[in-house]
Amino acid sequence: MFDDFFTRALIAGIGIAIIAGPLGCLVIWRRLSYFGDTLSHSALLGVTLAYSFSFNITFSVFIISAVVALLLINLQKRTKLAGDSLLGLLAHSTLAIGLVLIGFLTSIRFDLMGLLFGDILAVDVEDITIVYLGGAAILLILYFIWKSLFSATVNYDLSAAEGMRPEVSNFIFTLLLAGVIALSIKMIGALLITGLLLIPAAIARNISSSPRQMVIIATLAGVVSVIAGLFVSLEINTSSGPSIIVVALLLFIISLIPLEIKGQLQK
Amino acid sequence: MAENNNLLVKLDNCGVYKSSKWIVRGISLEIHKGKIVTLIGPNGSGKTTSAKMILKILKSDEGQIKNFASKMAYVPQKINIDWTMPLRVVDFMKLTSHINNLEIVDALKLTGVDNLLYNDIHNLSGGEFQRVLIARAIAKKPELLVLDEPVQGVDFNGEIALYNLIKKICSTLNCGILLISHDLHFVMSATDHVICLNGHICCSGTPRSIVKNSAYIELFGEHNATTLSLYQHDHDHSHGTDGRVTNNV
Repeated sequence: MFDDFFTRALIAGIGIAIIAGPLGCLVIWRRLSYFGDTLSHSALLGVTLAYSFSFNITFSVFIISAVVALLLINLQKRTKLAGDSLLGLLAHSTLAIGLVLIGFLTSIRFDLMGLLFGDILAVDVEDITIVYLGGAAILLILYFIWKSLFSATVNYDLSAAEGMRPEVSNFIFTLLLAGVIALSIKMIGALLITGLLLIPAAIARNISSSPRQMVIIATLAGVVSVIAGLFVSLEINTSSGPSIIVVALLLFIISLIPLEIKGQLQK
Repeated sequence: MAENNNLLVKLDNCGVYKSSKWIVRGISLEIHKGKIVTLIGPNGSGKTTSAKMILKILKSDEGQIKNFASKMAYVPQKINIDWTMPLRVVDFMKLTSHINNLEIVDALKLTGVDNLLYNDIHNLSGGEFQRVLIARAIAKKPELLVLDEPVQGVDFNGEIALYNLIKKICSTLNCGILLISHDLHFVMSATDHVICLNGHICCSGTPRSIVKNSAYIELFGEHNATTLSLYQHDHDHSHGTDGRVTNNV
């Protein structure tokens, strides 16, 4: 079953979509879309370092993303700059450092396009194992901190006052976000990960009325996007990562229709 | 000893220092089970900051805080729920605790909004939302309840009913209540201990003693202070249902 490269791609992609569903919802609720972007830009630096020191890519990307995330939290406390300025600063400087380092790696053939857009068709059984083990760990941790994280998303003070320890869950959430980016960079690529986090959750927001519903719909929308995107890419020979995002975008447009009808009915 | 068992929170000379100045300083107070402590004071006098210190949201930069409350519930002054999150009243009620729908409905009934259970929280009016906030805090059955201007935006009749509810909750749950309120009439008639804040504690004591305090009169003006003295005087006796004066023993 794992012999076929396409089946492997499907299994890995579905795994990523399932992890991205709930995390994507939190990213939307907390208005962190640019944060995900920054982490994925810095992931490029992680990949470069992995090649330089022949490290495991997933591990290296996770470490760099986590360091950048913690750096951001620290800088926010120390400087008077707004969050988006700091995110831009970190995103572009880590991206630049990564690209400068690539210049030094003349001895290794380097597929920059592959890094930016990923290559889900090249995943092997080991990649799939990492995605599912890592994904299970992420979802399990998320399950345990969900109430704290969710209450802090609604109102931080209320969550803190009622003993939910939001500072702890916020910290863990940052690491989980770094984790999902590390798991998916090889398959989806640095530029499209945020898309896979955000678009399914955005689709879900359009058609759900409770947080639980939104998480479920986001996960399903992600899975459907991966499956349909991969079949499309196979059928008409387009690159797989972008095809998945395009399908997600189409689903988003379709999800606007019920909103439109509701709006018309209310008039 | 009995006194100590009822002690929930004790602040000893606490303060919060932010952006090179003291927001509040020298705050000492005690909150006991079954008692209502009220903070009053002008805008920016540090009422909310003091409440946050008690709730352990903010750290005190000096002095000592002892908090023995096993469970706290909070009704914050301002709360904005982002449109990006679909949230119904029922989801909001379960925010920080695991309670079943029956308990949720019971709590919402107390504040008169049980009909809104499945409504989108973003579509509530200001007063309705305030009622949901209070119901959520009550449903938690806390040992310490902190209410920061809980009746803002509530209609006049509702205001009185909610204040009465707060007083009732205090005795039925035997919880300590810290209330921040601008409603001096309620403060003077129903609370056990009043603290006037203005960056520090101007004066504190029972409502009866506080209205005679010169610091209080300066803070709230001669007019208000005297009206309340009269109001307090009214409460030297109580009225029967027909308005007849029945003297207190």
